[in-house]
Amino acid sequence: MDVEILARAQFAFTIAFHYIFPPLSIGLGVLLVVMEGLYLWTKRDLYLRMTKFWVRIFALIFAIGVASGIVMEFQFGTNWSTYSRFVGDVFGSALAAEGVFAFFLESGFLALMLFGWGRVRPGVHYLATIMVALGSHFSAVWIIVANSWQQTPAGHHLVGEGDAVRAEVLEFWAVVFNPSTIDRLTHTVFGAWQAGAWLVLSASAYYLLRKRHEDVARAAIPIALALALVASLGQLATGHSSAEVVAVHQPAKLAAMEAHYPESAPADLVLFGWVDEREERVIGVALPGMLSWLLHHDREVPVTGLQAFEPRDRPPVQIVFQAYHGMVAIGMALIGLCVAAAVLLPGGRLYRARAVLMAFVPAVVLPQLGNQMGWITAEVGRQPWIVYGLLRTEDAFSPVVSAGQVLWSLIMFGLIYALLFAVFLFLMNHKIQHGPEPPGGEETAGDPARGGHRA
Amino acid sequence: MSIDLQTVWFLLVGVLFAGYAVLDGFDLGVGGLHLFTRKDRDRRIFLNAIGPVWDGNEVWLVTGGGALFAAFPDVYATAFSGFYNAFMLLLFCLIFRAVSIEVRSKQPMAWWRKAWDVGFAVSSVLAALLIGVAMGNLAWGMPLAADHEFAGTFVGLLHPYALLVGVTTVALFLMHGSIFVVMKTEGELHDQVRSWIPKTMALFILCYVLTTGATWLVAPHMTETFRANPWLLILPVLNVLAIANVPREVTAGRDFRAFLSSCASMVLLLAIFGAGMYPNLIVSMPDPQHSLTIYNAASSPKTLGIMGIIALIGMPLVIGYTASIYWVFRGKVTLDKESY
Repeated sequence: MDVEILARAQFAFTIAFHYIFPPLSIGLGVLLVVMEGLYLWTKRDLYLRMTKFWVRIFALIFAIGVASGIVMEFQFGTNWSTYSRFVGDVFGSALAAEGVFAFFLESGFLALMLFGWGRVRPGVHYLATIMVALGSHFSAVWIIVANSWQQTPAGHHLVGEGDAVRAEVLEFWAVVFNPSTIDRLTHTVFGAWQAGAWLVLSASAYYLLRKRHEDVARAAIPIALALALVASLGQLATGHSSAEVVAVHQPAKLAAMEAHYPESAPADLVLFGWVDEREERVIGVALPGMLSWLLHHDREVPVTGLQAFEPRDRPPVQIVFQAYHGMVAIGMALIGLCVAAAVLLPGGRLYRARAVLMAFVPAVVLPQLGNQMGWITAEVGRQPWIVYGLLRTEDAFSPVVSAGQVLWSLIMFGLIYALLFAVFLFLMNHKIQHGPEPPGGEETAGDPARGGHRA
Repeated sequence: MSIDLQTVWFLLVGVLFAGYAVLDGFDLGVGGLHLFTRKDRDRRIFLNAIGPVWDGNEVWLVTGGGALFAAFPDVYATAFSGFYNAFMLLLFCLIFRAVSIEVRSKQPMAWWRKAWDVGFAVSSVLAALLIGVAMGNLAWGMPLAADHEFAGTFVGLLHPYALLVGVTTVALFLMHGSIFVVMKTEGELHDQVRSWIPKTMALFILCYVLTTGATWLVAPHMTETFRANPWLLILPVLNVLAIANVPREVTAGRDFRAFLSSCASMVLLLAIFGAGMYPNLIVSMPDPQHSLTIYNAASSPKTLGIMGIIALIGMPLVIGYTASIYWVFRGKVTLDKESY
């Protein structure tokens, strides 16, 4: 195997693993702000127990996120040195801004959120919770800015010649608000909110089915369900606008998403199917002209197809097609689940609807799968470019790193991440089985009688 | 005297890495000392002394890496691809260490805790060693080609000078960690760890003298800045004073001041290192004309300017709330149900 394939496999594996955790922190962060806010407003012990429980879960998720995130921060340099030299002036800035504005905020205030009960006043603790949530969203902003610039580069110019050519910032705000930033950011954040909301919904449904911690579970479900519903509908809207941006700026990616081959013809919307890449056609169920209609509100308008591109400029079609369709199917399923649950919520019928609760428990993996498939669509669909239209992936890896080195590190990542994931599941299960403290089991925040503070 | 943007960024990246050394330095040091205490309760106090802050401390490394990428992309690309194996090992250590801290106290079995204790200690020491070896290589110089790519081998990075700097770094972190633990403990454990300080300090001072001597002998380019600007010798003088002040404060029972002194000595050590390197970021040996400097490896002045604004807004906030959070968690460690 060659270095490029191995380096891509390693990046894909490490980012896919890492990407399990940040969406959970983003979504859970929002819910914690609501939960703790409800506690401060109502002063009910119930909300304090709920908040403390989910803070403990948050801390675990965050720790694994940091551990796997350090790898991402350096992998551009270790495995993609040519890319790093090319984009450092633009991409590095966004990454550094992420560190300065987001990571410090998140990790600093996390200490206060997790260990600060009883050490600071309730209002200060709440401020810490808000800062943690804000930090995780800032992090999403900057990393999506960086990634969107790779998809739809803007605000830069190329300097130098031959191997020494690189992109330099010309207009900072044009880099930040490149054509795809806003749609991709909102789409990703809605995905993250769903991941966090479904974690809470899944655990709460599990408690109701097992008749444990029912008071906390009943109170948590409406909060998480509201977020899940808003996010799933927002996901639909931003998904649509993202596709419109892709149609304009990355037509080869859009063509791969729908496996639309003809150079210029009205395009169908395939509901599901299998791409026959050799014969350049799709076998499946399609709505004729629907893609044209979605993009242009007219079923007859032609859409650029894959045949308009040289084979060397096309992304892998099958992977992009299946990931995209999987993501859309999951998105629709989540909307369905949310709407059904919302209908059952008034009067508390939802809490007795065992079939729905039983569907909720495994549903925690759906947003995760959706998020992963969304990223596969975005990143594989960008191929063969690492920076769309400017730098090819095959020209971007580290020339001094051998295939053997990458193979070695890839195997090690496989082993260590398997351990990390086992530990994560073990601890997560441990914490969920333990559940929130019973009533009266948590001291009130800000109780000065609580030990642990001696100056 | 006017200083250019490249120099400002040399200093800023230095501040981030100094922040990392001072902060993660003590928690890596605590890891290195972990096995020297025997009782389960004492080990838990060690872990909880760094409990609220260790992942925040690692963020300094992440941000330092990001700043290096943004300000000096060529250095970021050359160093991390050149140090590939060493750097991957460092990443594995940091991940493994995080796992060890998280899971160690979650099960009561003695074998379980012992295994993770060893994992925590070994990964902490190895991480410190690798960081030091990397710095040793930056100081010694590494073979670079004309296109700025690394032209050496992994084994070639493990020469005696680099290993000496690696061991010195371990000794430095052990000293720093022992002073930190003294500040965070009370009673018997406090007295026990306090008795370690003379040993960790003696080890560090021995390594420090050897490294300084070796640098004069084999990496004389590191001393040129000091020859040209003798006033910079104030840095090593202050450093020696900061180190000498540690036992004085420890003896007087002023643990917090001892820790501040130790922090100051680490910042000064990095300042000495930085002054020695300036304006180089990676010295090329044997072809010094291929060296990466703050001028030939920097991003455009425009980016450095924008990043300067970001740092100007962001860093005072970061330093402000980080200090406040450390203030909230000042005082001795006690174990409760949120503890590791």
